[in-house]
Amino acid sequence: MNSKKLMLDMTVTENTPLGSLYGLLKLVPTDGSPLPDIAAGQFVQVEVSDSKTTYLRRPISVNYVDYKENRLWLLIRKAGEGTRHLAAAEVGKVINVILPLGRGFGIDNISGKKVLLVGGGVGVAPLLYLGEKLKEKGITPDFLLGARSEKDLLQLDDFAKTGNVFTSTEDGSHGEKGLVTTNSAFDGAYDKIFCCGPMPMMKAVAAVARKKGVECEVSLENKMACGLGACLCCVEKKNDGHNVCVCTDGPVFNINELPW
Amino acid sequence: MVELSVNLGELKLKNPVLTASGTFGYGEEYADFVDLNRLGGFIVKGTTLEPREGNDYPRMAETPSGMLNAVGLQNKGVDYFIEHIYPRICHYDTEVLVNVSGKCVEDYVKVCEKLAPLEKINAIEVNISCPNVKQGGMAYGTTCEGAAEVTSAVRKAWSRHLMVKLSPNVTSIADIARAVEDAGADSVSLINTLLGMAVDVERRRPYLSTVTGGLSGAAVKPVAVRMVWQVAKAVSIPVVGLGGIMNGSDALEFIMAGARAIEVGTANFIDPSVTMKIIDGITEFCDRQGVKDINELVGII
Repeated sequence: MNSKKLMLDMTVTENTPLGSLYGLLKLVPTDGSPLPDIAAGQFVQVEVSDSKTTYLRRPISVNYVDYKENRLWLLIRKAGEGTRHLAAAEVGKVINVILPLGRGFGIDNISGKKVLLVGGGVGVAPLLYLGEKLKEKGITPDFLLGARSEKDLLQLDDFAKTGNVFTSTEDGSHGEKGLVTTNSAFDGAYDKIFCCGPMPMMKAVAAVARKKGVECEVSLENKMACGLGACLCCVEKKNDGHNVCVCTDGPVFNINELPW
Repeated sequence: MVELSVNLGELKLKNPVLTASGTFGYGEEYADFVDLNRLGGFIVKGTTLEPREGNDYPRMAETPSGMLNAVGLQNKGVDYFIEHIYPRICHYDTEVLVNVSGKCVEDYVKVCEKLAPLEKINAIEVNISCPNVKQGGMAYGTTCEGAAEVTSAVRKAWSRHLMVKLSPNVTSIADIARAVEDAGADSVSLINTLLGMAVDVERRRPYLSTVTGGLSGAAVKPVAVRMVWQVAKAVSIPVVGLGGIMNGSDALEFIMAGARAIEVGTANFIDPSVTMKIIDGITEFCDRQGVKDINELVGII
């Protein structure tokens, strides 16, 4: 999908803190214009206008698009100054957003397949919208969500409404104890795995997928400036040795494209 | 309405607003946000004889009011540009300048020879100031001899407008500017990025894979304006100013300090439509202050 990219002022209509580390922002286009088609796995570039130390936009993955309410959901982890400011945005605040950006998850030929969506930490964000898109295609996805502890598991109710949920926590406070890769969800037979989370987790999931011979896509989050394929800062080296931009060639890659 | 067209020697621009190489891709990346035909021109990504993969990730670090980059001239090479990119961008009603880089003088010359048959390319910007490559780049731009050597060699291979992009990482940028003027440059553009460095203290290591990188963005603007002012006093060829321009007022600072045209770089990353706003900002200023022709303001300081 190659929707025209837009730069939109968006108004915060809801900001729900999720634990101490995360915030869920819901935004509507300030001028009331309808949100464009956004694919699962695409991201947006958000301007941070009121932080003294933040100069560049912050790339944030699309958590969900509520077309009925014309609302965009962004799940934000307070990783630094910029995201802390975003997560603190008050209802009514207007934020400038560029969207939709990047190549999302490959779900064109997914009908009839059994899929597992694996997320860790804030990496669960794009999987909610992906689950919704899969549901529209008649697929009930299995979610495997990992976190350090129960309090770090995000949006469990929303995920449960969309598919079957498995969880892993490192301290065993929710679901199975341990890392996602040891979760019994992997005993199931899947045709495709979609994964988003910390790099070590994605690499471990990719290794499991390879071993089982299951197709697997991962979503990367390299540091970027423009988000448009111009600055060439967010590159990832592909199998063929060439650097490609995560912002335009990704953020989603099939693991067979990567030298993992 | 103010007359915005400016001449860089023989090169006519419909307005003084260009985009800086390496921040605007090949123009197309910004087509959803910018009417490219409204620009004075755009300068495409640094182009080399052979394809280059650039430096390892991470290549970028945000800094106060700016950013460091260490991209290292990643590009697919001049042949790819000519065959695949040029045909897509040659129809725009604006000047398309190619930024030329090389690891040796011969490379610069060969790239120019290959570009010479492209009718749309009325000007090149010779990059002797990239801080992120091991060979060539800034090595040429930090001595008068090196800068003159590249300029005079390119001059023989390129008959149309020859702009040379200068490095700020020198003791006297005016001396370098004079050297490239004497060697046959038609204009100079400045400044390229300032060599900088940032450390991730939690991890106890530099943010960039290359340790050092080029600083750009609003943080460098006062340094850039000062250098443009110094160079404009030192040479008689036109000066193109860049470094941290975020809005029309910033652009006018450079123009009043002596720049005939300006380039917008890092600001494109924050607001991809910023060049349109800069053209509007300059126009608004001139109309408000009764300036009939933008050239009246060039070098008034």
